[in-house]
Amino acid sequence: MDYLSKISRQVAAVPRSGIRDFFELVQGREDVISLGVGEPDYSAPWHIREAAIYSLERGNTSYTSNLGLMSLRRKIAGYVEDFFDVQYDPTSEILVTVGVSEALDLALRALLNPGDEVLYHEPCYVSYMPGVLLAHGVPVAVATSREDDFALKPDVLAEALTPKSRVLMLNFPTNPTGGVVSPEDLEGIARLCIERDLIVISDEIYSELRYDDNPHQSIAALPGMRERTILLHGFSKAFAMTGFRLGYACAPEPLTEAMMKIHQYSMLCAPITSQVAALEALENGSSAVEKMRASYHERRDFVVRRLNEIGMKCFSPGGAFYAFPDIRELGLSSQDFAMGLLEAENVAAVPGDAFGASGEGFLRCCYATAFDQLREALDRMERFVATLASS
Amino acid sequence: MTNDSLLKILRRNGRSSSADLAERASLPENDVEAQISAWEADGTVLGYQAVVDQARTGHAAVVGIIEVKLTPEREGGFDRLATRIAKFDQVLSCYLMSGAYDLLLVLEGQDLMEVARFVSEKLSTMEGVLSTATHFRLKTYKENGFAFAGDEDPERLPVAP
Repeated sequence: MDYLSKISRQVAAVPRSGIRDFFELVQGREDVISLGVGEPDYSAPWHIREAAIYSLERGNTSYTSNLGLMSLRRKIAGYVEDFFDVQYDPTSEILVTVGVSEALDLALRALLNPGDEVLYHEPCYVSYMPGVLLAHGVPVAVATSREDDFALKPDVLAEALTPKSRVLMLNFPTNPTGGVVSPEDLEGIARLCIERDLIVISDEIYSELRYDDNPHQSIAALPGMRERTILLHGFSKAFAMTGFRLGYACAPEPLTEAMMKIHQYSMLCAPITSQVAALEALENGSSAVEKMRASYHERRDFVVRRLNEIGMKCFSPGGAFYAFPDIRELGLSSQDFAMGLLEAENVAAVPGDAFGASGEGFLRCCYATAFDQLREALDRMERFVATLASS
Repeated sequence: MTNDSLLKILRRNGRSSSADLAERASLPENDVEAQISAWEADGTVLGYQAVVDQARTGHAAVVGIIEVKLTPEREGGFDRLATRIAKFDQVLSCYLMSGAYDLLLVLEGQDLMEVARFVSEKLSTMEGVLSTATHFRLKTYKENGFAFAGDEDPERLPVAP
């Protein structure tokens, strides 16, 4: 059968993820030290797992409200107000989702008409461009650069705007660069969004994992921005709960209602066990988060220092758990570098171009890996870089 | 990176070499060595120990946990008696507690008799000791932050977005 003719053109047009090819290469090998993951190296803190187990023991296995458990939404409202300094009504402005991934998809589908342009800073998370395509939008990547530490500059954004621009997606700290945005730049971006009447989807998933001196700031908290922002957050990164698949969207009621429409017919609700776990995370998880954050901080300092020592120029990323070294002077493309490193030294790091064309010349190294493994990986990378220099 | 973080790493792994600590704390090795020497000299760091699963060695010591009630003294409260009790070799730990009793002792002996003898002959007979209650450890699940039956390593994807 000609399956291609049976598959939606929209889906067929979405390119295969660069990460998947690399994943398959790594999968078959043994003794690989992987800096290629995008998740914490911790299991979820025990008190969170225990709360999930207890809820199963008590037989809590039903659907919840489409929006999510009221008790959880109330807690989220409190947390978001404390952490981001923005208020949302838990009865109508918070939607609990299956990870931020679902929330992102809902937001795009709720906002876009065919042909609407969606801007996002690149290098970026691998699903932004496909997510826009699947929602019939037009993805517009705005390249950020090493020279700006991968922050989005308002003047660079302004140049990419057209009359069709509808939505701006932000993700600071950024996967894959770890880059953050300064308060001044964020204000400049907010001014542009107001002037050009854009809606912002702000993916805040790494916001607790900051290592610079600036407290995290969401664009939603800036004057005039709450009304035009969909704030997305979740539990995967800070609470090490990736497999629980739990996130949420906070937005003015009409936007939440629009996302809810899709969510109720496609997903119905997020799994109740994960919702109970998330409630426990918000009630009692802050010390575990701080402990993990401090440990990532320690590892960031080590990895960035070692990368620079061995000739892989790397800025000190303000957040997340990725280092994004510059390999442009080492004579190989990011694909060839990553493949070569894997072949020669059994270290897996993701080629930067998997995160968009502007990631070419860089490598994503996730440092959410045990310290001894990091040390060994960097020693191996040093050997590999030395062979490049001598060849 | 602060001295607090250095102490945290050291408390978790007392065998960390100064090179290792320096690497983790992103500090010069000389500074780390000087700081540790200073802590050892001023009594901030008193010593280093291994956490041992004695059940695996085939000769687990008997561990007694003893609650002790004392008569406080006009001068110094519980300090003089507590210090005196703590000096016995068998006493591994000695804490002044809030609540229904005053001192909590952790004792180690070769066998039950050794612990019993200490309680009946040394501790109970001491002037100022009003009463004791002795409990024996049956099994250890976790000690000083180390679980004795660890979690299995969960499977992680080698590459993920």
